[in-house]
Amino acid sequence: MNLSRRNILAIGGAAVTVSLIPVDFAMATPEAAAEALNAFTGGAAVTDGGIDLVAPEIAENGNTVPISVSAPGAVAILVLSEGNPSPGVATFTFGEGAAGTAATRIRLAGTQNVLAVAKMADGSFVRAARAVKVTIGGCGG
Amino acid sequence: MAQIKPRVKAPKSVAAGEVFTVKTLINHDMETGQRKDKNGDKIPRQIINMFEVTFNGKPVMSAKLEPSISANPYIEFEMSIQEAGDLAMTWRDDDGSVYEASNAIAIG
Repeated sequence: MNLSRRNILAIGGAAVTVSLIPVDFAMATPEAAAEALNAFTGGAAVTDGGIDLVAPEIAENGNTVPISVSAPGAVAILVLSEGNPSPGVATFTFGEGAAGTAATRIRLAGTQNVLAVAKMADGSFVRAARAVKVTIGGCGG
Repeated sequence: MAQIKPRVKAPKSVAAGEVFTVKTLINHDMETGQRKDKNGDKIPRQIINMFEVTFNGKPVMSAKLEPSISANPYIEFEMSIQEAGDLAMTWRDDDGSVYEASNAIAIG
């Protein structure tokens, strides 16, 4: 087959168009994240402060975004994403000797808010949120 | 997939009550179940769904992991101990496999 320059450009253009068609899976929304939060807290009031969530302001690669959460005295910390296919990211539970701190690397499908909610030893809940800008999404597709 | 082998970085000895950091890494694809192969078929989800840490048999921390955790899951946490003992870690795979690592930590 003898491809002219024009043909090659046409094929390339078509490929770009195809890859731009959105993938048809349901994305989590802030509402889905709020639902997951409610399931964790059982509807209890959640206040700000008392928990630190560290995440980069801009993540170049959504496949590995380093985050860390810290809430001294927490028995459990739930990490949620507002824009991934499913809102849950990780749930850390702490026992004897644990300092209430954890760090990991997460996937983010796009620019979105990351939430962390901690259940404290006295049964109260505290939350923190960070907006992360993602240049390249991390959910395949 | 290459053989799955956990790696753990923990101190060999600490002072009683001193807060120290434990870093863990395990090589695993963490297949989300969202990706499609060349034929357009979904690649089934296969992730590490649970990570548990015990010290001398008592639970220290655990993490329930979702597909939003990156490939080769890295988990770091802080803890303190009052007595010497064995820090044991377990990773549970969706396919039922269990990967384990243990580190002895002394007081001193």
